[in-house]
Amino acid sequence: MSTAPHVPPGSQVNYLNATYGIKSWLLTTDHKRIALLYLGSITLMFFVGGAAAVLMRLHLIEPQGALVQPETYNKLFSIHGIVMVFFFLVPSIPATLGNFLVPMMIGARDLAFPRINLLSWYIYITGALLVLYAIITGGVDTGWTFYTPYSSTYAHTHVIAAAVGIFITGFSSILTGLNFIVTIHKMRAPGMTWFRMPLFLWAMYATSVIFILGTPVIAITLFLLGLERIFHVGIFDPAIGGDPLLFQHLFWFYSHPAVYIMILPGMGVISELVTCFSRKRIFGYSFIAFSSMAIAVLSFLVWGHHMFVTGQSIYAGLIFSVLSFLVAIPSAVKVFNWTATLYKGSISYAAPMLYALGFIGLFTMGGLTGLFLASLATDVHLNGTYFIVAHFHYIMVGGAVMAYLGGIHFWWPKITGRLYPDLWARIAAVIIFFGFNLTFFPQFMLGYLGMPRRYAVYPAEFQVLNVMSSAGASILGIGYLIPLIYLIWSMRYGPIAGPNPWGAKGLEWETPSPPPTENFEEIPVVTEEPYNYPGTEVPVRG
Amino acid sequence: MAAHSRLNDSHAAEVAHQFEDPEQQREADSLGMWTFLVTEIMFFGALFAAYVIYRSLHPAAFEAGSHLLEVKFGATNTAVLIGSSLTMVLAIYAAQTGKSKSTIITFLVLTMLLGAAFIGIKLHFEWFHDYAEGLVPGLNFDLAKYGSGVELFMVFYFFMTGLHALHMVIGLGILTVLVVMTARGRFSPRYYAPLDISGLYWHFVDIIWIFLFPLLYLIGGRYTHGGR
Amino acid sequence: MSEHVVPIKTYLAVFVALILLTALTTGVAYIDLGPFNTVAALAIAVTKMLLVVLFFMHVKYSSGVTKIVIVAGIFWLAILITLTMADEMTRNWTPDPRPWSSPSLLLPFVSKFL
Repeated sequence: MSTAPHVPPGSQVNYLNATYGIKSWLLTTDHKRIALLYLGSITLMFFVGGAAAVLMRLHLIEPQGALVQPETYNKLFSIHGIVMVFFFLVPSIPATLGNFLVPMMIGARDLAFPRINLLSWYIYITGALLVLYAIITGGVDTGWTFYTPYSSTYAHTHVIAAAVGIFITGFSSILTGLNFIVTIHKMRAPGMTWFRMPLFLWAMYATSVIFILGTPVIAITLFLLGLERIFHVGIFDPAIGGDPLLFQHLFWFYSHPAVYIMILPGMGVISELVTCFSRKRIFGYSFIAFSSMAIAVLSFLVWGHHMFVTGQSIYAGLIFSVLSFLVAIPSAVKVFNWTATLYKGSISYAAPMLYALGFIGLFTMGGLTGLFLASLATDVHLNGTYFIVAHFHYIMVGGAVMAYLGGIHFWWPKITGRLYPDLWARIAAVIIFFGFNLTFFPQFMLGYLGMPRRYAVYPAEFQVLNVMSSAGASILGIGYLIPLIYLIWSMRYGPIAGPNPWGAKGLEWETPSPPPTENFEEIPVVTEEPYNYPGTEVPVRG
Repeated sequence: MAAHSRLNDSHAAEVAHQFEDPEQQREADSLGMWTFLVTEIMFFGALFAAYVIYRSLHPAAFEAGSHLLEVKFGATNTAVLIGSSLTMVLAIYAAQTGKSKSTIITFLVLTMLLGAAFIGIKLHFEWFHDYAEGLVPGLNFDLAKYGSGVELFMVFYFFMTGLHALHMVIGLGILTVLVVMTARGRFSPRYYAPLDISGLYWHFVDIIWIFLFPLLYLIGGRYTHGGR
Repeated sequence: MSEHVVPIKTYLAVFVALILLTALTTGVAYIDLGPFNTVAALAIAVTKMLLVVLFFMHVKYSSGVTKIVIVAGIFWLAILITLTMADEMTRNWTPDPRPWSSPSLLLPFVSKFL
């Protein structure tokens, strides 16, 4: 056990009620309050991006399009991508669960730079407002990938506003990553060596490395795009010897690691969930820890696989193809280790565990289908089709979003001090799982059969699969609304939660729910290995 | 519990509440600034990458563009920035060794003057002159006279030196804040972290120029036309 | 950053070295060394950077973590440059494909067994 003193029950003062008033929230430097500020903002952005998706799926019920003009359809998929990638998925777990949990799991009172943490939220809001402005005043239709020369020269939509919004929000990521790296390096509690950290922290560290190394490149790329758009001349302009493909190189140098930014935190959450709900020490701790770092490194070596068919040299394609196969390995290592953790575990099926199990299956499918795309020859057939759309949604939605929801459900009692109705939570998880598969599995088939992505119309023979996908989307949408309702309900009416409703291991569970502002009365001293569930203890090493 | 700043000892290290001791705070500040500088390496680095690639693809055009820059201003500015890095470390040295506030401020102000001189030389002797010669892409570039390859070079030249100058201006702002903090007696041999980490930023901006100067002004050599 | 106080003499020596290297790189540019002009310019720039990093930025007296962080930053930039160059420099290496020629008489027979 750690040395955190027992806090008497009924102790009321916690980070939520310690101070009141809007100023105490908007000027807070408490990482837990900042996590909640982020939670509210990204939930809002999630529903903005989700609304775009709903409109797209409604439109695609008819082969000739049921809802909007093609130009509007282009704006819908662009907005959906921009909002979901930059304003939901990238910040989701790091800025909410990461901000809340990193200091607690590490045994610290706050992050290394609390004011910079608050600044990062304001930067996020500024970027988000700018993108919302771009959406409201007419949208952008370049796709979230902003390929030149369309985005630099020909598009008549609000490219610059959107690009500047993303540019600004990028700094929010950089500051978050910076904070996590310094905190994890310098503020671990006494006795918490690197290999006694919960795996969620390893995942946050690896994600932060990607934040730091990748985000500046897309910042400068969008900056260059904006300049080219304003001055009508730039380094991507073929008229003066520029190469449009260079834009793609610079864009994907960030955007591929970005997808690992989106999934690594989810993997960290899953490691925590699987071990708790199997009542078993995680299998292969160091493999999972090292695989997180391996993913962070390898993720920077594969970006060219997005450019196999856009004019990249075949030799570069060969290199990127081989490296893309390699990057699958550490992810697979994790799946094996989670499965081995489940084996002979004492498994319970609370809502967080349902999300975790869903993640393992759906992420595996998404990851395996990535191999089809990493292979040059098959990518020629599948690129630009719904196969890709299905592939990344299996990982981003079936993986990252489910991990996010699993994490929210797992740590909700700690964050709010309340329990939510487990029955409804499990129902929602099942609805989401079913709705998700109905939405996206048909898209694998559509892609294989040749339906292109980002098209507002399609041949009539694809209609049945499209309608199935749209039906799934409506179920999925309902599934997402249910947690919104009962989680908000629980904040007022849910039963009071104790410090550790799941009986989980970890420093955060040794504080009251909700925790006090300073997290710990005294900084704990760590004396045992992580996940030391009874019957699976590991003796203290050195 | 975390150490509080001792109110009766104005030279005590100020330790923020999340840190256990001044040493942890110092290490965290340092690692934080270095991590930020890594982001700056990638930020400028992407431009350097693009420049290197186009330089390899269009060597003649980039040499022609490079020869339109005047080496004497680039070299002078390099020396000016190196001097400003020296005055910056001397300011930190003064704080470390307990010299008077006015000594520290003198070195900080010298750093600012040299930084301002850099920007002044760039603006007046280089950029205004380039504008007069019709060399600014997007504004008045004379395509018929110089050709599209030179225009590509000039896009890089103005953007890279412009971004660098912007960082210098931000640095001047930071230095101003440091002067004010020094005047208010915030620094001592026990606490001078803001000076230290601002110094890291300033030196980094100097290093960017250390690479920009040869890459923009000297690559390909200046022996063909004798240079300007 | 460290508590180590670097003597002024060291700073002045580094300053003089940096100025001399600047003069050197400028002078070398006016000598025809062919491709080695580029090599020389970059080598001198790297040397100047090392002097600033090690002495002015105190990395010589800093922890290993600092050094790893710096090396990582430079290494990642190298990844960006190298792999992008791998594409940009090899675009024209692919030979023009041979035109499609009609299959031989044997192929329809053989293909039954494939």
